[in-house]
Amino acid sequence: MTPLDEIDHRLIRSLARDATQSAGALGRHLGLSQPATWRRIKRLEEAGILRGKHLRLNREALGFGVTVFLGVKLATKGRVSLEDFERAVSAIPEVQTVEHVLGLYDYRLRVVARDLADFERVLRRRIMTLPGAGAVEANVLLSEERLPGPLGL
Amino acid sequence: MLDDMDRRILRHWQADAGLSPGELAERTGISAGKVARRIVRMQEAGIVAGVGAIVDWAALGYAVEVSLRITLDKTQGNAFDAFLEAARQVAEVIEIQTFLGRVDVRLSIIARDMAHYQAIYRGKILTLPHIADIEALMHVARIKSNEALPL
Repeated sequence: MTPLDEIDHRLIRSLARDATQSAGALGRHLGLSQPATWRRIKRLEEAGILRGKHLRLNREALGFGVTVFLGVKLATKGRVSLEDFERAVSAIPEVQTVEHVLGLYDYRLRVVARDLADFERVLRRRIMTLPGAGAVEANVLLSEERLPGPLGL
Repeated sequence: MLDDMDRRILRHWQADAGLSPGELAERTGISAGKVARRIVRMQEAGIVAGVGAIVDWAALGYAVEVSLRITLDKTQGNAFDAFLEAARQVAEVIEIQTFLGRVDVRLSIIARDMAHYQAIYRGKILTLPHIADIEALMHVARIKSNEALPL
């Protein structure tokens, strides 16, 4: 693939903010024709750089008042396969993300709950009973910001 | 408040955020007009904040992702504000979260390779104000990442 240019970077940033914009509208903004914009978007999609779309919902407005990040250490490495743990943890609806990490913990989970009592229920009934789950550390999310990253700076 | 129809729309929309209102109507079995009205209402109520493209930083050449869990020196009154303000200026920081717990702040950092990460860590992170302690978690794989809500 030929290297990305400044226009590609602006296109990625713009679509990350709002992916519902048409190629025509984006093109007018970037000084490109509609077909040229469309071709660039296609190329970014084919390269796997634009990897689908994400619906942003307001958690609080939907009644999910608590987000907790859990660091989970596996207790019985070797005896329980990572795949078993990953399959079981991914199936929990309240678990929004599962990341395999290296360091103090083996996995990092993002968990949503209606309130702290609801979180306790998820933790006791679903997380602590996972195959191989050992030490768990919880940090309650207070604020979160996503930044545009190193493109086009 | 939401009813079952709203929830049904959101569940399908969450599963595939690229669906148009027409396609959502087809999947949910709700009329297109109703779906469109419900979506507008949920946008106006601030429930639906928008649809964004997911950027794959690894595909852009940022192969390394590290979570830095940071404890701040809270004896400094403005530690949080000063730290966050400075962290926002670091281009490779893509996420900032603050916590109640053992860790005060977490930064997600991306880098092209380990040498690049090392340069960012030494040159731009260790120089941030009011850091008392840092722990690093190196990202290996993303097992589940849809961030869907259990509606």
